[in-house]
Amino acid sequence: MNRRSLVALPLAALLTACQRAPEARAASPFTSTDITGVDWGRDFHLTDHHGRPRSLADFRGQAVMMFFGYTHCADFCPTALALMARVRTVLGIDGPRMQGLFVTVDPKRDTPQVLSQYVPAFDPSFLGLYGSEQATAAAASDFKIFFAAQKPDAQGQYTVDHSGVMYAFDPHGRLRLVMRPSESVEAMAADIRVLLKEIS
Amino acid sequence: MMKLLPHSLRGALTAATLGTFVVPSFAAPDVTVSHAWARSTVPGQPVAAAYFDLRSERGASLTELRSDAAASVQLHEMQRDGDIMRMRELPRLVLPPGQTVHLAPGGTHPMLMQLKRPLRAGETLHLELSLQDASGRREKVRVNVPITDKPPQEGTR
Repeated sequence: MNRRSLVALPLAALLTACQRAPEARAASPFTSTDITGVDWGRDFHLTDHHGRPRSLADFRGQAVMMFFGYTHCADFCPTALALMARVRTVLGIDGPRMQGLFVTVDPKRDTPQVLSQYVPAFDPSFLGLYGSEQATAAAASDFKIFFAAQKPDAQGQYTVDHSGVMYAFDPHGRLRLVMRPSESVEAMAADIRVLLKEIS
Repeated sequence: MMKLLPHSLRGALTAATLGTFVVPSFAAPDVTVSHAWARSTVPGQPVAAAYFDLRSERGASLTELRSDAAASVQLHEMQRDGDIMRMRELPRLVLPPGQTVHLAPGGTHPMLMQLKRPLRAGETLHLELSLQDASGRREKVRVNVPITDKPPQEGTR
């Protein structure tokens, strides 16, 4: 790309181009948004619903799908987790090579006890991850996830605004894809298969 | 399974139990509800959503929802800001005349707050919708919502 064409590019397009790694500019084998090479989202330090400290290195050799949500979310979070579970089913014999992770953005209400009931109900292999308010904020920030608890109503109930994307990591633990629930289960599963092939 | 049994509750009984005056109407029900479903809940899930299509031939507003399965039912609007999901309570939902309004995942939907019991696949969730037409006349519609763990949209996507 020469200097002249760079100047002519709108700022938004330029920023997008700069954020993408060279290999992502070629025709993508993915339906999901390819963010290969980003310099953020490298790791997290949280606790799973069994009480075990977890970081990305624990899932080497597996593709990982990660979603930030909360259990008092009526619509979007159950939809996303059900999608993740169906991706694992559609993967068939490759299913066990995909690890689903649900990171709560509402650790105040989503205790380990709540998460240990909620998350495995979508798929027994899925893990709920939580941290202190500081650890949660740090993980969300590292993965460019926005969240903001709203003012409680008269009954003390509140919703949490949050980013509704799913991330996919390759078996080397590298952040590779942004998935959105508008994609089909089959397309997500096909993308996960591409990531899994990179290790076998 | 997707067959619906919407019907209006009118007359003295409704007026007496709810303490509101309901004008008896002999016209066919104006608001129709179709394609209703709710996702079954999982253990630890304290809230739920219900989905359906609403259509009013003459125009109306959905003003309130109730269910015996939840402490309260709020109408929530999903305001998307890029990839950020913001849920906001809607005081009422306008049904323009002759248009089908879809209450669907990722959009406006009733949110069942503080569930009194889990929603189990194969069972039925009962919702009561309060509607108001353009002339201010109020009507209540009961909707039997099939609960499923295999939502219709996801099967075909």
